[in-house]
Order: sequence, then structure tokens, then C-alpha cells
Amino acid sequence: MNASQERLPRLLALVPYLIARPGIALDDAAADFGVTARQLRKDLELLWMCGLPGYGPGDLIDLSFEGDTISVNFDAGMSRPLRLTGSEATALLVALRTLLDAPGVADADAVRRAVAKIEAAAGQAQPAGVAVGLGVREGATTIKAREVVQAALRARQAVHMTYYTASKDEITERTVDPMRMLIVEGRSYLEAWCRRAEGVRLFRLDRIDEVTRLDEPASPPPYAEQTDTTAGLFRPRPDQAVARLVLSPDARWVSEYYPVEEAAELDDGRLRVWMRYADTSWMVRLLLGLGGDVIVEEPVELAAELLTRASAALARYR
Amino acid sequence: MSVVRAERLVNLVLCLLSTRQFLPAERIRSIVPGYNDAPNDDAFYRTFERDKTELRELGIPLETGRNWSFDKVEGYRIARRDYELGDIELEPDEAAAVALAVRLWDSPELTGAAHGALLKLRAAGVEVDQGVPAVVEPKVRTTEPAFAPLLAAVQAGQTVSFDYRRPNPTELRSRTLEPWGVVSWRGRWYVVGHDRDRSAPRCFRLSRIVGDVRSVGRPGVVRRPADVDLLKFVASTSSEPPETATVRLWLANGRAAGLRRRATVVGERTIDDVPGAVVELEVLHTDSAASWIAGYGEDAVVLEPDVLRKAVHERLLAVAEAR
Repeated sequence: MNASQERLPRLLALVPYLIARPGIALDDAAADFGVTARQLRKDLELLWMCGLPGYGPGDLIDLSFEGDTISVNFDAGMSRPLRLTGSEATALLVALRTLLDAPGVADADAVRRAVAKIEAAAGQAQPAGVAVGLGVREGATTIKAREVVQAALRARQAVHMTYYTASKDEITERTVDPMRMLIVEGRSYLEAWCRRAEGVRLFRLDRIDEVTRLDEPASPPPYAEQTDTTAGLFRPRPDQAVARLVLSPDARWVSEYYPVEEAAELDDGRLRVWMRYADTSWMVRLLLGLGGDVIVEEPVELAAELLTRASAALARYR
Repeated sequence: MSVVRAERLVNLVLCLLSTRQFLPAERIRSIVPGYNDAPNDDAFYRTFERDKTELRELGIPLETGRNWSFDKVEGYRIARRDYELGDIELEPDEAAAVALAVRLWDSPELTGAAHGALLKLRAAGVEVDQGVPAVVEPKVRTTEPAFAPLLAAVQAGQTVSFDYRRPNPTELRSRTLEPWGVVSWRGRWYVVGHDRDRSAPRCFRLSRIVGDVRSVGRPGVVRRPADVDLLKFVASTSSEPPETATVRLWLANGRAAGLRRRATVVGERTIDDVPGAVVELEVLHTDSAASWIAGYGEDAVVLEPDVLRKAVHERLLAVAEAR
């Protein structure tokens, strides 16, 4: 939706919004509507010109400004917001129900009450056609790790943990300041300020081998920013190497599982992909595991490394 | 939207809300400010049609009808009981849940709709503070280009066709589907519906749809069976029964951390003068276990079972012989 298409819904919501909050500050109202105070003032000026047929002084919407606060004296019959559309009810109710599916959701009862109230108020706009299952699978170790992490988040405490970094295949000890727990694409992550890396990091809960709450407050620095998840959790960086691979049909899942830069269909169902990787040892592990279902076209050093590793491994099976 | 247009539409809504009579277009033209600027009938009716469409797209229940059986033309009104959102009050913990729910979507379509709902709840007097931190924050993203047209088709009840690529065995063919719903399961989006080619319910992964989603026939045709559980349908199609087995490996000391952290050490052994540990490991089905272990090359050797040892050996051989 562009800015102008959002305006009419806002205009229709503004008067009831103000009626519910007599004397609200202009800035607060603008923040709730996600617009600037200047835009909100324009909206109010426009509403002031609207009203009931006759359009005399007693028919127009009447707003009063006192300092920076606003009140409604006459609403011209627009006292309640428009009901939710089917899409709006669906987007909100499906999202609420999804929260119930999240492991360790704070207050399932509150979510259920909110669903019931919104369903009742929305009337016939029934949610349909969209369903979400987070489908988070947790082993016993992960459940324990999550419980400690969530307790630390509630108490705003730092934690110490033993963490497995898959890209480097190493286990490290870290002290981190938890910021929030995320569930993205079926996996749970702890977002935290890592004191060792001195940066915000996402830690997969199923890779936390041990975690303990520390008797000290979580104190991420003020400039620690939450990860923007809109573009996905992992964004390949331009300084990373690119591998050109040909995947056989049995290995095509790689292109669905890992982000690939580009893909080109070949005959026999094979797929040529360009894939960025940060760590050569990680890429070699992936490729060794794919066996004959992948051919490395570029870079040549990667192909050579792969061959060396495969030959060394074969010697162990003689 | 120009000021003139926005003002005219607000006035139109107020006018139609305030009348119990159906107002014919000509009457609206003479009452509502803005319409009498139209230079001729054609211009007026074009503008009025566009305005009606816009109101309907916003979900405003615009009614048409005649006040008397002898009225020549239909008129318009908005029934207040259909227009207004019912009373709603949320407790602070319920409002916090709503705030978290609105943040769930990373999707242009669903984020917009959720914010639309939030706007109306706030206008109904509900206080929703978006700044409250949550202990767990699920995110659902839509990146597939097919998502928007399929969601629109589901909501309009319209049949669609698209080209679909199955990975293995590879096959690219056109499918015609009466879509019942879009489903996100474990972070992947699927569309579920009645597959006209197979005459059976099917689900398709959105990332495997190639090219455009085309609509077929008219909206309002697709009927979703009442007893279908979209989520269960997808979940039952996509999950494999987990078979676990205990396998025995040799791991070089100080290497293969990813395997070691899941394993139990049961002994020591030196292979090719390299000291290492004998470990036991619980794995899911053999195929993915073979890939996982083969990835560690000379640092991990399968001792038993033989079938896994062979599977890993074959993979390594295939890589070594690729040249």
C-alpha cells in the first residue's frame, strides 16, 4: 500500500481514536498512527472540513486544540472505527494463534483471551485461508537451554554458555548479554550481545551445549541493535568467496536449504548454482557429504582442497 | 490521494452512514461536496464508480437497494451495524500479545493487514504498546513471489494455474489448483487445495513454483471443504518418520567437534598413527547421517554398522573420482 492509499483508513480511524483519548498530545497520536505530527495535523485539518449534509457549523466535525492536545467536540456520526476486513482479521488472528505454537510463550492464556475478544468484535470476518505452524523441534538439551535462556531474559541477566559454531566446527565458551529470543523458519535463536565477539550475534538454541545464568545484569551496550529479520537472518556478504556448483537432482535440496546467489537449470534436472560461503572448512564439509551429487566448477582451490580431503579420508577406509 | 478526493470520500461515508434511506447517485451528486464539480454526467459517474470501488476495497459495507418498489434507480447507504467494529477492551497482557502478534509477519501483504487491524483496535480505544520486549518472538517471512497472488486467489476463491518443478525425479509441469489456503510450516510456505489434474487434494511448495501464478475462471468459485485442517495436511505430507539408530565412530582427537558434542566416548584407539576416541552416536536415518559424517573426512571413520560405513566410503570415493 502506498502513502495515499493508507490515508483514508487513517482518516476514518482518527475521530474514534481521539474520542477514546480526550486531550491526547498530537505527538503521541502521530506515533500511534505511524505518521509525522505534521501529517497528522494535515489529516485533522482535512477532517475539520468534513461533516454531515448541510455542512453548516453544526454539521461539521468539530475538533478543539489546546496547546498540543486535541479533543473531539462533534464526531458527525463517526464514533466507532470500521470493522476489520477479512484480511486484517486473518493477519492478526493467525499471528496470535501462532504465538501459542511458540515454545515457552510467556502467557498462553492472555493470547487465548485476546483471540476470543477479537473474534467476537470482528463479527463475521472469520480468519481463513492462512495457517502457520512454527513446528519447532526441541531435544532434551535444547529444552533445558531454552528454559535457562528465557529465565535470563525475564530476569535481565547475563549468561555463560558453551556454544558450537557450525561454520568453524568449534566449541567455545562465551559470556553474552541476552536481548531476545527469536523463532525463525522453525528454529529458535538467542539474540545477544557477545562480549567475546563484541557484537550482536544470533545463537541457535540447539547449538548451546551448556548455559548458566550469571549473577550479573544483562547489559548490552546502548548501540547494540536488534537484527533486522525482514531480509532473512543470514545475508551473504560481498567479501565472501563464491562457489560455482552443479547439483544433481539428489542434491537440489542444497539450493532450497542454503541461500544461493543465482541458479540456472541444466539438462537432466541438474542445477548450476552460485553460492557464497564464509568459511572454506564449512563448504568442504558440505561438499564431502554430498559425494558424487555435486561438481565443483569454481574456485579451483576449493575443488583441489576437496580432492585432497577425500583422498586422505579414503586412506582411513583401506 | 488528493485533498479533494480524500475529503469527498470521508464526506461520502459520513453521508451514507447518516441516512436510513437509500440515496440514488443523482441525490448524492447534489449533496456531497466535490461531486458537483464534475463537468458532465459521464465524468460524475466515472468518479462515483471509482469511489464506490475504493470504499468496498476498504471493507466498507456499501448497500444498494430501493426505498420503494416504484423507484426507478437503486440507491446507496451504509448500515451502521455492519460498518462499526464491535466493542472491545483488552487487558494489558492481552494487548501485549496483540503487539507481539503484529510483529510476527515479515511480509508486505500480512504486515500491512496486521497494521490495519492494529489501527482499528487503537481507534476502538485499545492501548497497544509496541515497545514492550517479549521473551520469545516468532517471525514468519514471505519471500516467494507466488505468495501474494496465491493469497489473493485464496481470499477471492479463485482457481489458479502455475508451473511447478518437482526436484527429484525432476519434472516441470503445469498444475491447475483450486486453492484452499496458504500454509507456513517450519518456515516454508505451501499452497493447499484441490488439484484438478489429479482430482485430489495436494500441497505445493511455493519456492518450487516457476514463473507467474495465473488466475483461471471467476472469483468465488472455490469451496474449501469444512473438515480440512490445512496445517495438518501439510505437516503430515512433509514430515518423515524419524528412525534412529546407534552407530559407532572413530573420531580423531581434537577434531570433528560437531559429531563429538552429540556423541558418547566409549574407548580409545589409534588409526594410522593418529590418536582418537571410539564414540557412540544416535543418528536419524542413514542417508543424512552418511552425509554428515562424510563431511568430516579423515577426522571421522565409521566403525559400524557396515551399511553406514559403506555409504560414507561411497561418498568419499565419488568425490575422489570426480576428476
